[in-house]
Amino acid sequence: MSTGMDDLYREVILDHHRRPRGAQALAHPDAEAAGKNPSCGDELTLQLACDGDRIREACVVTRGCAIATASGSILAELVVGRTLDEARRLADAFRAVLHDPAGELPDELAPGDLDALTGVRQFPMRVKCAVLPWITLTEAVAARTEGRVAAETTTEA
Amino acid sequence: MTARERSLSAPAGVEPCAGQRDGCERCGGLARERFPILRRAVHGLPLVYLDSAATSQKPEQVIGAEARYYREHNANVHRGMHALAAEATDLYEQCRRRVGRFLGVTRPEQVVTLRGATAALNLAAGGLAHRLRPGDEILVTGMEHHANLVPWIALARREGLVLRHIPVADGGELDLARLPDLLSDRTRVVALTHVSNVLGTINPVAEIAAAAHRRGALVVVDAAQSVGHLPVSFAELGADLLAFSAHKCYGPMGLGFLVGTPEALAQLEPVEFGGEMIETVTMDAATWAPVPLRFEAGTPHVAATAAFPAALDLIEEFTVERLRTHEISLTGYAWERLSALGGLNLYGPADPAARGGLVSFHDPLVHAHDLAQLLDARGVAVRAGHHCAQPLHRRLGVAATARASFGLYNSHDDVDALVDGIRYARSVFGT
Repeated sequence: MSTGMDDLYREVILDHHRRPRGAQALAHPDAEAAGKNPSCGDELTLQLACDGDRIREACVVTRGCAIATASGSILAELVVGRTLDEARRLADAFRAVLHDPAGELPDELAPGDLDALTGVRQFPMRVKCAVLPWITLTEAVAARTEGRVAAETTTEA
Repeated sequence: MTARERSLSAPAGVEPCAGQRDGCERCGGLARERFPILRRAVHGLPLVYLDSAATSQKPEQVIGAEARYYREHNANVHRGMHALAAEATDLYEQCRRRVGRFLGVTRPEQVVTLRGATAALNLAAGGLAHRLRPGDEILVTGMEHHANLVPWIALARREGLVLRHIPVADGGELDLARLPDLLSDRTRVVALTHVSNVLGTINPVAEIAAAAHRRGALVVVDAAQSVGHLPVSFAELGADLLAFSAHKCYGPMGLGFLVGTPEALAQLEPVEFGGEMIETVTMDAATWAPVPLRFEAGTPHVAATAAFPAALDLIEEFTVERLRTHEISLTGYAWERLSALGGLNLYGPADPAARGGLVSFHDPLVHAHDLAQLLDARGVAVRAGHHCAQPLHRRLGVAATARASFGLYNSHDDVDALVDGIRYARSVFGT
């Protein structure tokens, strides 16, 4: 591949895109949120089922590009078993890394396949695609914590 | 595909392009050497620019004319008594006359100089507000660019109007069988695009305009995708108001026009106020300058007006008919090669003579953004997304399409690069 395409479309990303994890809608979600990238039309819905403040199940359904879909799939896999606060911290760390050319995801956050997505940094037009599921997660967690209904999240906010 | 096969598969009824390179079936593009940007590389590869429907590239003559304006003539227009101001005003007014001639408009006052087609359509919508009453109807189409939809949505909301639309039939044409039901005596405005920026469909504007006029409605045409690419005569279209941008037909950015009949322009109230658009101002009252100056508040983009005639000169040097033949040839070839790839959904009429110089497509296997990204890595520039036509994409049932669009400089090789790029993208995705 050429021109950094192998940094963007790493095999692990393409695999998440082909077989998105956690794409099965939850029967009884405790938190739900929708995200949208108005500039390109990508949309996703995110659901969480919790035991107390710990995430038991997650579902992300993405209607969008490979980067957004893979990012949502990685999210759905990674947040299961974490507390809402841990999930939020992972989202914050990921968003920070995408805007920091030298930044790395701390090992203690156990970022797993998310490391492969940081290659998106080289493609500023695609950062929003990778970020969309994570800002939607942040809103879902905030809504759940504050006991309110999640607002639709957009990448333009 | 051999040259022989290509010539055999040339779309029926399409004249061979006049810019032939090797025989009558392939073309190396017209006037390429005049477009300096085409000499640059992208990611180390030659640029293959297939996004002219978003903005066309600019020939050296246009770039030079804009620079020359700033070097030699720069002054504000209409006000100054000095030599530079007179030269700047002359260039500004010459452009108005040149645009009028290009579209077959008899009086220069029929041409309003604005920032772009969007500003022109906003003037049309906002300028008509005072003539509309709650319950009046505006008829648009299901294939409008947001620039010719959102101003009418906003107007309808503000004035309590009813917004209707002519739906898009499955073949990508307007469903004109619905027109008689949709037009009523309450229809005050029919606003439609000449050429769809997504489907490529060329709408039968004259026919729709005639039906609209029988109901006493005003006809507003978005000609952003047609002027400079296919023959456009203001009178033959039957429009009351017509909007287009200079930058989509080889001219500079930041410049567009609203062309109108004297009667239609006289109906419009200004939507921007300030210097230049007034006749007399007291502390609490103002009267407007005559048409078109009343619509041209503030300092206009004079440098762009100094440059745009060079773009129209280029078009007329080749003739718009020849440019059209070239785009038909490329569009037919692209349609054919993209169809042959298999698995792509192509949108709009299959007959290249019935569409503008663009092809939008959707690959169920590779999302349009990924496709555009992977094409970019090969130096091929296409657009991906909703192309400012969300309702149309909803109608098509897809969130995003990829679009290749052509200008006079494009070649059959460019189409081949696109097709090779799509193959490459599919290989990356393992499909």
